Amino acid sequence: MQSIIEIKHLFYRYEKDTVLENINLSIPDGSFLAIVGPNGSGKSTLLKLILGLLKPQKGEIFLFGQEISKFKAWQQIGYVSQKANSFNTGFPATVFEVVASGLTKKLGMFKFFKKEHSRIVLDALDAVGMKNFHNRNIGELSGGQQQRVFIARALVSEPKLLILDEPTVGVDAENVNAFYQMLNDLNKNRGITLLLVTHDIGTISDKVTHVACLNKNMHFHGETSEFEQLKKEDMSKVYGHDVHLIAHNHDHGGVLK
Amino acid sequence: MIQGIFHYEFLQNAFLTGILIGILAPLLGVFIVVRRLSLIADALSHVTLAGIAASLLLERNVAALAGLNPLYLGMVFSVGGSLFIEKLRGVYKHYQELAIPIILSSGIGLGVIFISLANGFNTDLFSYLFGSVSAVSRTDLLVIFIISILVITVIILLYKELFLLSFDEEHAKASGIAAKSIHFIFIVMVALVIAASMRIVGILLVSSLMTLPVAASIRLAKGFKQTIFLSVLFGEISVLGGLFTAYYLDLAPGGTIVMLAVLILVIAIFYKKLIIKKHVLSEVESSER
Repeated sequence: MQSIIEIKHLFYRYEKDTVLENINLSIPDGSFLAIVGPNGSGKSTLLKLILGLLKPQKGEIFLFGQEISKFKAWQQIGYVSQKANSFNTGFPATVFEVVASGLTKKLGMFKFFKKEHSRIVLDALDAVGMKNFHNRNIGELSGGQQQRVFIARALVSEPKLLILDEPTVGVDAENVNAFYQMLNDLNKNRGITLLLVTHDIGTISDKVTHVACLNKNMHFHGETSEFEQLKKEDMSKVYGHDVHLIAHNHDHGGVLK
Repeated sequence: MIQGIFHYEFLQNAFLTGILIGILAPLLGVFIVVRRLSLIADALSHVTLAGIAASLLLERNVAALAGLNPLYLGMVFSVGGSLFIEKLRGVYKHYQELAIPIILSSGIGLGVIFISLANGFNTDLFSYLFGSVSAVSRTDLLVIFIISILVITVIILLYKELFLLSFDEEHAKASGIAAKSIHFIFIVMVALVIAASMRIVGILLVSSLMTLPVAASIRLAKGFKQTIFLSVLFGEISVLGGLFTAYYLDLAPGGTIVMLAVLILVIAIFYKKLIIKKHVLSEVESSER
């Protein structure tokens, strides 16, 4: 399988503090990877490096097989930031208008929105289960629904890789499973590779195919089934204190809490 | 009843200008309000005042500039002020709203000095402060017409980008939109419209035409396009209704226009409350069934 992202011996430091140390990571095409780590573990720095907002000081990053400094096809990467949740909720825009704004760059300057673009927008809303809400004002929706809308906004440019920064922060506990089911559908039905970053191991579900644990170093990187067998001690290495891994009863005990 | 308007040229000028301003001010106002920059209009109108005062001073003291239309220098000052605001917002990244009082007080300070140098207030200056229907000339109308075409064209061409910048500036920048240039173009347009509006409503009331119709519209509209449409509609009702009322009741037009906009706002707020109440009531009813 071809790797969508390949990171080799990556180092990064701000002033004195080393944030990332010898990171090696490979994200296969079609996988659903969750990177977990506590606050300040370098997750955001790693994302910024992958998105090209920071330059690697040592080591290499390859996107779609191409060295990052030569990579041009950024529209293949969709990004849903953590801040998407903290927008002005009183903003008078419909869900449709918000999702359509994801086409701004793709359409280019001085180009107008046409009928065929409406189809793309509605299709993206359908993919995140929000089609029926297209005519609602964005501020009327719950945090989880808004998060879905922002994912739809990223989908309209038809990315092959979707990067989500703490996507479940605004999602109610009871809706987290449905949210992961939606991500799973994107992953399986549309073949979009997913990279999800979170500080909360409780939110990793059995839908995730690969897990990577980050705290300056990469402590674990492999398939989810192996991660489930990780011992308590390994997790406390990452988190610096005891972590309780509680298996859910349903399925094969894939959800970690 | 309407005969008077067609009869007198100054009334024609005032009404045509009013129609244009009624479109422009709320149109730009929507983008200003949703970006939480409502006070920018106030700051720029006070800078415009300094420009007007400077122009009146020049008119009095330099023979060659005797016929100078104060609108021009007002615009120059307004655009200059908008550029300073942008610069200051960059300097005080974490206190961006500071730029507004700085520019506002500089504008008044400068304006007061120019006014005192020009031997104090006179009727001419007064008409700029509070608006004066009889002061609108054919040249003013022409200048405002050109500004209207310019502003509407730019808004149509840059609508997508302006929407994204207003809704989510960070995302806009991350997706490679020329945020700085677009914002620059936008703020210059705001400056031009403010200078152009002062003939009708006056410097002290310009910002109200950019914010009040939008404030009413946000309560009622579904979506951004509808917000724009309702804002412009409310703006037009205020301006035209205000001009008519002022003409027949012999009131100050600027004040009448603004109070009409306030009235619309109050109605919008109560109407919205009524809808919510009805909605809640019907929900309670259906759950009781």
